[in-house]
Amino acid sequence: MNPLQTLRVALRALTRNKMRSFLTTLGVVIGVSAVIAMVAIGDGAKARVEATFAAMGSNMLIVLPGTSTAGGAMGGFGSMPTLTWDDLQAIQSEIPTVRAAAAQLRTNAQVMSEEQNWGTQIFGTSPEYFQIRTWPVAQGSLLTQGDVDSGNKVAVIGQTVADKLFGQNSNPVGQSIRIKSIPFTVVGVLDKKGQSQWGQDYDDIVVVPVTTYQQKIKGGLKNFIEGSVAVSATSADSTSRAESQIRALLRDRHRLPLGADDDFSIRNLSEIASAQQEGTRTLTTLLAAIAAVSLLVGGIGIMNIMLVSVTERTREIGLRMAVGAKPADIRLQFLVEALALSVTGGLIGVALGVFGAWRLATSFGWEVLYRPDVIAIAVGFSGLVGVVFGLYPAHKASRLDPITALRFE
Amino acid sequence: MSGPSLIQFQNVAKVYHMGDVEVHALRGVSLAIEQGEFTAIMGASGSGKSTLMNIVGLLDRPTGGVYLLEGEPVSALSTERLAEVRNRTIGFVFQSFNLLSRTSALENVELPLLYAGVGSAERRRRATASLERVDLGSRADHHPNQMSGGQQQRVAIARALVTEPRVILADEPTGNLDSRTSVEVMKLFQELGRGGITVVLVTHEPDIAQYASRVIHMRDGRVLSDERQDPKVAVVPPWTQGDEEDPP
Repeated sequence: MNPLQTLRVALRALTRNKMRSFLTTLGVVIGVSAVIAMVAIGDGAKARVEATFAAMGSNMLIVLPGTSTAGGAMGGFGSMPTLTWDDLQAIQSEIPTVRAAAAQLRTNAQVMSEEQNWGTQIFGTSPEYFQIRTWPVAQGSLLTQGDVDSGNKVAVIGQTVADKLFGQNSNPVGQSIRIKSIPFTVVGVLDKKGQSQWGQDYDDIVVVPVTTYQQKIKGGLKNFIEGSVAVSATSADSTSRAESQIRALLRDRHRLPLGADDDFSIRNLSEIASAQQEGTRTLTTLLAAIAAVSLLVGGIGIMNIMLVSVTERTREIGLRMAVGAKPADIRLQFLVEALALSVTGGLIGVALGVFGAWRLATSFGWEVLYRPDVIAIAVGFSGLVGVVFGLYPAHKASRLDPITALRFE
Repeated sequence: MSGPSLIQFQNVAKVYHMGDVEVHALRGVSLAIEQGEFTAIMGASGSGKSTLMNIVGLLDRPTGGVYLLEGEPVSALSTERLAEVRNRTIGFVFQSFNLLSRTSALENVELPLLYAGVGSAERRRRATASLERVDLGSRADHHPNQMSGGQQQRVAIARALVTEPRVILADEPTGNLDSRTSVEVMKLFQELGRGGITVVLVTHEPDIAQYASRVIHMRDGRVLSDERQDPKVAVVPPWTQGDEEDPP
């Protein structure tokens, strides 16, 4: 009997008992749809984490000055300035894996326009900062090295600040704002970056040249940077290398003896990002494993029904053997039936899983990401379930003795 | 008759082991059945007639002796080869018809051809021809539960004939039929015999055995008697009220 005929015979047998066939496939349907929905939602969450970290800056490291110990009380990171402007120069020029580095000085201040005022954070930094954070302007232009060199009173403002001070859809470029009563000219409005992982608004910011910042807003500490240094590595792979090279450089420059603690610290944002992703991945794996177990249960359901079917159709099997079916024909027929059940269940499961993930995502505001490889594996796995759990019933059917089978009541 | 007999048993024995007990179903049966013969095998239950039938039909293997079918020893063939020989050479008719339910008469008749590897158009053609041979050409798309017992048995006979076998084995084919329909089936078997097909019939009804040209009586696994006779001509009585089938 050729495969096509076998398939036709199997489908006939299954459609003869539609309700039962449907209920049997249900286990596989639920298993496959659960796998696909879980992975789609998990991958969506992962993609969102990636996007959030990409918004923070690409391949970014933050070098913070060290801790101060005053009378046994340890201050937090950054409580004592240990990083110098020369350190920044050295990081920029001596480490090949560093693409750009910029000091970031920060304070909170009230900012005023003609009509409005708004409390926000003021960043004093250099043009490299925008490169490190991959942050272009939406309107106007970024700060230039010339602005830093001459200490120009210019500012680039975030979208939130622009909205608060000048109203929605306005063009603040060329307008004047006052920071601590000192007038600054707005030269650009930054692209919208959205919220950080922790709900902080990236766009609530005013960026001014670092020199102007030190002269007009908050006096500096001469040689020391009263803030942190943002560093961007040349590539994602070199981030860790850049981290250790910066550490070695700074320890050398600060003349720290072997065994002494660092007087600075380095935060590797890509490590934090990968830890976050690891968490999401673990959750996805866990959910997919639970879903896979339900697929297994679905397979057992198929085996159960196939065994019932073999018993019920004992006479039919006997007759088929009497009219010339070989044991292999019978085995193949029942195997194909089990396979048809499980693969049909798998395909329905794919449709249901894709739809279910989409529904959940829209109602909870999640992101979903469908992976063709996961869908293919889920369908393939359901087929495998059919073969594995169909094999025993099919073998049992093929081993029947036609005489006994024909007499079976 | 020239050449070897179609079916030849040489001292065939069959012993079943049921636990510790040995059951001698056949104790050395020797017989020969020629092409076109219409043989009835009679005997009480336990006489070995069913075992004999199963061995002739290649559903069972003897534990002793030699079985030659078309002159070939078939006892030692593999299960696969037996299935092929059965498919090609033998057609079965059962007491309980054994038609597939929820499957049309035509598809029921096509079944043996499916396992013979015949293409679908050819299958359809031959199955239709076979149904016409048993006067059921107009009922090809009926399902078994839409047919009377006599019609169902005729579908089963059409199924047995569709591979153009040399032997038809009928196991109590009239056991579930009324007397009129039984005569119809016997008439059909007599026609097949005239067409060169060998019919072996197992029955315990002497009325039915009358239609055969040869009657073998079995008892305790042995042939008790083996007689040729002039068969009674099967004449289907005219329709009377209360018969199960609709008049044509």
